[in-house]
Amino acid sequence: MKNNKKLTANEIVSPLKDGIIKNNPVFRLVLGTCPTLAVTTSAINGLSMGLAVTFVLTCANIIVSMLRNFIPRKVRIPCYILIISTFSTVVDMVMKKFIPSLHDSLGLFIPLIVVNCVLLARAEGFASLNRVLPSAMDGIGIGLGFTLALTLIGIVREFFGAGAIFGYSIEALSRAELPMTIFILPAGGFMVFGLLIVAFNLVVDKANGYFAKKKAAKKTMPAENQINIEGEEVVL
Amino acid sequence: MSATAILVLIINAILVNNFILSRFLGICPFLGVSKKIDTALGMGFAVIFVMGVASVITYALNLLLIKANILYLQTIIFILVIASLIQLVEIIIRRFSPGLYAALGVYLPLITTNCAVLGVAIMNVTLPVPSVGSGLLVAFINGISSGIGFTIAILILAGIREKLQTADIPKIFQGFPITLLIASIMAMGFAAFSGFNIG
Repeated sequence: MKNNKKLTANEIVSPLKDGIIKNNPVFRLVLGTCPTLAVTTSAINGLSMGLAVTFVLTCANIIVSMLRNFIPRKVRIPCYILIISTFSTVVDMVMKKFIPSLHDSLGLFIPLIVVNCVLLARAEGFASLNRVLPSAMDGIGIGLGFTLALTLIGIVREFFGAGAIFGYSIEALSRAELPMTIFILPAGGFMVFGLLIVAFNLVVDKANGYFAKKKAAKKTMPAENQINIEGEEVVL
Repeated sequence: MSATAILVLIINAILVNNFILSRFLGICPFLGVSKKIDTALGMGFAVIFVMGVASVITYALNLLLIKANILYLQTIIFILVIASLIQLVEIIIRRFSPGLYAALGVYLPLITTNCAVLGVAIMNVTLPVPSVGSGLLVAFINGISSGIGFTIAILILAGIREKLQTADIPKIFQGFPITLLIASIMAMGFAAFSGFNIG
């Protein structure tokens, strides 16, 4: 299984890029929905949860990738969970020590990073099949995609629900009777998440179609498979 | 512990603080396994069972962890116990009820990453219910009734989604978005229970 071939630049960069847009864990793969909905009552909570997951995901991906030839296939899931829970405990302890206020507001969902399906899905679907560097890049990419999505949902919910952005309240909004508490409540979380999936897919599909058309014009070659959401993208 | 306190605990876990619709735990199976009522029901029962057993075992284990002063291993130990418990349940079901195994087969391993199970285990040891305190029995009842709350929510959604199959939905809303919007309306309904203010 050993493969000493040199990695091309594309193999290293493309997981990073794919993680943010094409394989966005929240809007495209719809994984890790529990923290996505639960902590995004404010933008800053979403951002910090996203960064915590990015850290755990990158570290876990690196370790899983290093050990991919040693872990027996039958016990791989417990092994992955053990690796992931180690790093999530690290995050839990560091956060409790240095940023206790944030630790309190994220609460239960810090230890619950362990059961975030994004982590297990990437360990199983990417890190266990790929070499260390692409796996690390995949961790960072998917993590950033997760962070982006959580922050976006957080911004929308905080804007409508509390009339503020990143904790700074906006005078005009509070005058306009804007704080609509429903957006902070669970119901608003589901609604904003659903509508943002639609918006994200709409924008990405449009952009993909545009780029595909541009490329087709350049190469005079059909490029239908490039806008396929599920399938593999043609190497750029 | 009085009967009223237990009743309050049960209603609280099932309706007022419904695991899915107000605590946001276990959303993945809620969205993923709610296409048909049968599978939703199977998943629900599997979750009730695993949550009940896991609550008791993790609560007891936590006492040991406190005694040994290694509380920082809590997350790791809990998730390992839950994962092996689910493996055990899978073996037992496969041996004694092949029909149920065929129906649940795929979903059982999925429960490992169902945050509701780890969530209830951690909640049992960190956030004792104010009116009843904490204890092994409380943990068990809390686990079972949280599981029932999960089952109720996933059953309602599955019922709606079965009807939805014949509906004419815009393409971009199909799949997850429409499901999330339905869940949003369900959550509004369940938000009404927060006015109960019992206990």
